[in-house]
Amino acid sequence: MLELNRITSGYGAFTALWDVTVRVEAGEAVAVVGPNGAGKTTLMRVISGLLPVRSGRLVFEGRDLTGEKAYDVVAHGIAHVPEGRRIFPALTVGDNLKMGAFLPAARKHYRESLERVYTLFPVLAERPTQRAGSLSGGEQQMLAVGRALMSRPKLILLDEPSMGLAPVMVLRLFDLIRRVREEGYTILVVEQNVRQVLKIVDRAYLLEVGRIRMEGRASELAEQDFVRKAYVGA
Amino acid sequence: MIDPLFLLEAVVNGVLLGGVLALLSLGLNLIFGVIDIVWIAYVDLVMLCMYAVYFMYTVYHWNIWVAGVTSVMAGVALGVLVHLLIISPILSSPPINQLLATGGLLFFIQSFATLLWGTDHRSVRVNLPVLEVGGIFISFPRLIAFALSILAMLGLYLFLTRTFVGTAIRAVSQDRDATALMGANPLRLYLVTSAVGGAMAGIAGALLVIQYAVHPYFGGAFGPLTFMICVLGGLGSMFGAFVAAFIMSQVISVGGVLISTEMGYVVAFVIFIVLMFVRPGGIFAKRT
Repeated sequence: MLELNRITSGYGAFTALWDVTVRVEAGEAVAVVGPNGAGKTTLMRVISGLLPVRSGRLVFEGRDLTGEKAYDVVAHGIAHVPEGRRIFPALTVGDNLKMGAFLPAARKHYRESLERVYTLFPVLAERPTQRAGSLSGGEQQMLAVGRALMSRPKLILLDEPSMGLAPVMVLRLFDLIRRVREEGYTILVVEQNVRQVLKIVDRAYLLEVGRIRMEGRASELAEQDFVRKAYVGA
Repeated sequence: MIDPLFLLEAVVNGVLLGGVLALLSLGLNLIFGVIDIVWIAYVDLVMLCMYAVYFMYTVYHWNIWVAGVTSVMAGVALGVLVHLLIISPILSSPPINQLLATGGLLFFIQSFATLLWGTDHRSVRVNLPVLEVGGIFISFPRLIAFALSILAMLGLYLFLTRTFVGTAIRAVSQDRDATALMGANPLRLYLVTSAVGGAMAGIAGALLVIQYAVHPYFGGAFGPLTFMICVLGGLGSMFGAFVAAFIMSQVISVGGVLISTEMGYVVAFVIFIVLMFVRPGGIFAKRT
């Protein structure tokens, strides 16, 4: 479904990704793990079009998306839940979700999508008129995921969903991600919480200093000594 | 001792003036809140729209409503033009350059208007009665201007809160990248914002020209006042600008009756300066 072929990208004179090749099949959940500064967020920004590709090709469902802008990429069915959630703090919960359905194609199914998101995240249904900035961290993350679902995507990019959340909330969140997956969405997730994320994905890539170091089935990868010592901490 | 009726009349006039001032301030504040650039020349665009009504109605004898609609369309066109020609290229420039650019536009418009139409004060004479309600005299044009201002602001409010594009305009003022991730093109939203801000200028122009004479330096009178209201209400805060407009218009109107017209403005500006010391972010500073 998604294919990154030898992607190189970066900021100014700095190259953050070198020859990165990543594939995600339809219906799969794939994780990209790695230490801070490995280029995980950069990878997400490249896929969603926030950051231009320097070389390599980005193909989604057979369509070449290399060089497309973020506001066009989302129309193809890729929703990006950015690092730090990036909800609109001064807008209400309802307006944030409405923004998720901004695309004409998504607008047509606005009511229906809203109902689905509210069923998935009942906390949001209880407070549609509350300012999003006044939600707790976990609720904001749910809102960010719900907002992404409103665009009726095929692939969801989750960037560090557990960042800054209390341990209890992290468990609940991973549970919710599992449920989102069961709804039939394809997921590409970036996480530092390696132990948890390997439990909910099929495959994982290990990204280090801008290069893919290792890839494999989540269960195998978790067993490998190297990954265990460095990231799982077991 | 001042006649209480006189005072009441001043209060009513203050409210009526507040409507148009609020409309002007909302237009300027919308653009600032979303694009983060102050259009110093905003009221000079209003002045151009006033001329449009003057020529359409007084010189070429079109219907006043047609002239009004033309003014709104002129406002939209000017908003779009200013955005494309002046704002768009300097979106990521340092703030001082942006101020210089829109400030330069102010001098350009003023000089250009002087060149074209001279410095004569031109008024649009609309034959409308003066109403008398319980001993208070209310000018009908002012009443209409007030009512239409309120309507325009209501329309703006509904646009910003009820429509997808309006919601996106509020969103892009908070997070440009996140708005792009929603599938909305931020640059196009800026253009729409400028067009809407321009429409507000057009409406304000049509409503001002039936009360005041227009001349190339019209912006000199209302420009600083509008800017002051925006700062007082908290730059970028729509609600703040709305309330501040009515506070300022009351001070000017009542102060004008109690002391003298010029002193009304003096008092208003003194209050502004004092408040800037007490609450530098404005009365309703936008929470960040």
